[in-house]
Amino acid sequence: MTRPDPLLSVRNLKVSFDIRRKGSLPWTRPRQLKAVDGVSFDLYPGETLGIVGESGCGKSTLARAVISMIPARGGSAVWLGDTDILQARPEKLRLIRRDVQMIFQDPLASLNPRMTIREIIAEPLITHHPKTPKHQVTERVRQVMDRVGLLPNQINRYPHEFSGGQCQRIGIARALILEPKLIICDEPVSALDVSIQAQVINLLMDLQKEMGLSLIFIAHDLSVVRHISTRIMVLYLGNVCEVSPARELYDRPLHPYTRALIASVPIPDPEKERHKQTELLEGDLPSPMDPPSGCVFRTRCPRAQPLCAEQKPRIGDSLDGHAVACHFPLD
Amino acid sequence: MVVDKQKIRKLADNLAESEVRGRSLWADARHRFLRNRAAMTGLVVLTLVVLFSIAGPWISPWNYEDIDWDVLEDVATLGRPSLENGHYFGTDDLGRDLYSRVIQGTQISLMVGLIGSLIAVVVGTLYGAIAGYLGGRIDGFMMRLVDILLAIPGMFVLILLMVMFGRSIVMIFIGIGLLSWLDMSRIIRGQTLSLKQKEFIEAAVATGVRPLTIVTRHIVPNVLGIVVVYATLLVPGMIMAESFISFLGLGVQEPQTSWGALINEGTKTLQHGMEWQLLFPLGFFVVTLLSFYFIGDGLRDALDPKDR
Repeated sequence: MTRPDPLLSVRNLKVSFDIRRKGSLPWTRPRQLKAVDGVSFDLYPGETLGIVGESGCGKSTLARAVISMIPARGGSAVWLGDTDILQARPEKLRLIRRDVQMIFQDPLASLNPRMTIREIIAEPLITHHPKTPKHQVTERVRQVMDRVGLLPNQINRYPHEFSGGQCQRIGIARALILEPKLIICDEPVSALDVSIQAQVINLLMDLQKEMGLSLIFIAHDLSVVRHISTRIMVLYLGNVCEVSPARELYDRPLHPYTRALIASVPIPDPEKERHKQTELLEGDLPSPMDPPSGCVFRTRCPRAQPLCAEQKPRIGDSLDGHAVACHFPLD
Repeated sequence: MVVDKQKIRKLADNLAESEVRGRSLWADARHRFLRNRAAMTGLVVLTLVVLFSIAGPWISPWNYEDIDWDVLEDVATLGRPSLENGHYFGTDDLGRDLYSRVIQGTQISLMVGLIGSLIAVVVGTLYGAIAGYLGGRIDGFMMRLVDILLAIPGMFVLILLMVMFGRSIVMIFIGIGLLSWLDMSRIIRGQTLSLKQKEFIEAAVATGVRPLTIVTRHIVPNVLGIVVVYATLLVPGMIMAESFISFLGLGVQEPQTSWGALINEGTKTLQHGMEWQLLFPLGFFVVTLLSFYFIGDGLRDALDPKDR
């Protein structure tokens, strides 16, 4: 099977934050919080990469580091096979950012309360094509509003006059106006209620089909990710546990953490839900300031062996695209 | 269920209505402000004072620097406020028309207040917003500079400037302008720091908007509410500072005058039984300052409804 060249190719990406304890002296070395610890993946045109994991596992940090909004400590993120985003000069970065847009978790907070919808949606256009005549900008804004299911006559309204779902549509419209190649969705539906979630997800899928977009879709809700993703990457404590085509991951999870995640998805049928066999994970996420030796998941893993504490499992390459980082995979 | 088709159609028509005008947060705030009685009273009074300082000279037959020699032989009795000889507010101890002098003082004092606040608003807001937005070392450097300037007593600097460069109204503007933006920049920096975390700023960064544009387009409009409130509360402070300097005899130069200078002269002649010379300028001073405070309070309530 030949695949097209990847749109974005991330290798061994590392992000860490300096944590200074209160009252520490300025010349002491700060402690490191490893938010993302050596993540690699490829993203192909037109596909959706779902990223899942529990709170604090580095999903959002990863997404922001990839487009250089948070400085990375190492690794590379190659855009279209030629430019490393992490090393790009500011002017080059601006050009790349024209093709990469972002949608955020809190729909209302992602819109400037002092600007009208027209100004908000037009901002990327005005930023990158400052000479566009005003009526053309308005025309374009109306088109995108119509495309995402907003009434174009609401163009002069302010964000606080809209519902959460509508605000998210505004956010999507803003992301679409430049017809980008990649949209990074940082938990775009977590703050919405279920019926609106479905609308927004379907809108994103339609848009993707129509415009050939690639999406990086971050969520902690597996059922949402399953619906939209081509491939899914499972993160735990800044490390990749498993990468797999979406259906394959649900049918045949290889990593114990993936299985626990899937098992924790509630079934919307009380009868089945009651009799579901679940193995809940013990304990909490370890501190990323002080991650466990070897496999980061071993402290909560039901299958942990002495080897897990000694050696960090490498994520293998596999032909069918299903890779796992575990010494003792399931199955 | 029976559906009223006409109603549905009407609803559809309404939804398709061309261009719904949105209500901005500013419009909401204006609405709340207009309903605030105290603030509106303040605004009306202030407008009257401003109008008085502009239109007042047309009514008066006297100039603020001319001496009425007829009155001079007994200012304590002949210089009383009266409509007949045209000294509506009486004269001062030199026989100059107090009405015209109060107008002159009002102009100077309001100008000092407004120009001082204007400098504070423009410089302080931009300085604070840039320091807060850029953060890191630049922020540290810019804010330490403010700390150093704040550590020098402002009144001392003002008096020093007056002594060194001579008494003039321009020097007062420069001196007050130099000092007034410091507090403002600190307030705005704090606001910017919390605003910086908001996702709409992140969205702008992700789109590739340039830092300076982010400051002017996203940060400044969102701190403007606080700026406006603080500026209205700053104006009385400026007026007081100028008045204090003038009260010490270091402010504006004769024959020009200001409220502070007038009040100073008024206190001196109080013992000769010329109470009007103190009461008129003092009245204007107090009434104007109160109006500013009421307006400031009203603006704060209007722009920050959550705080109540």
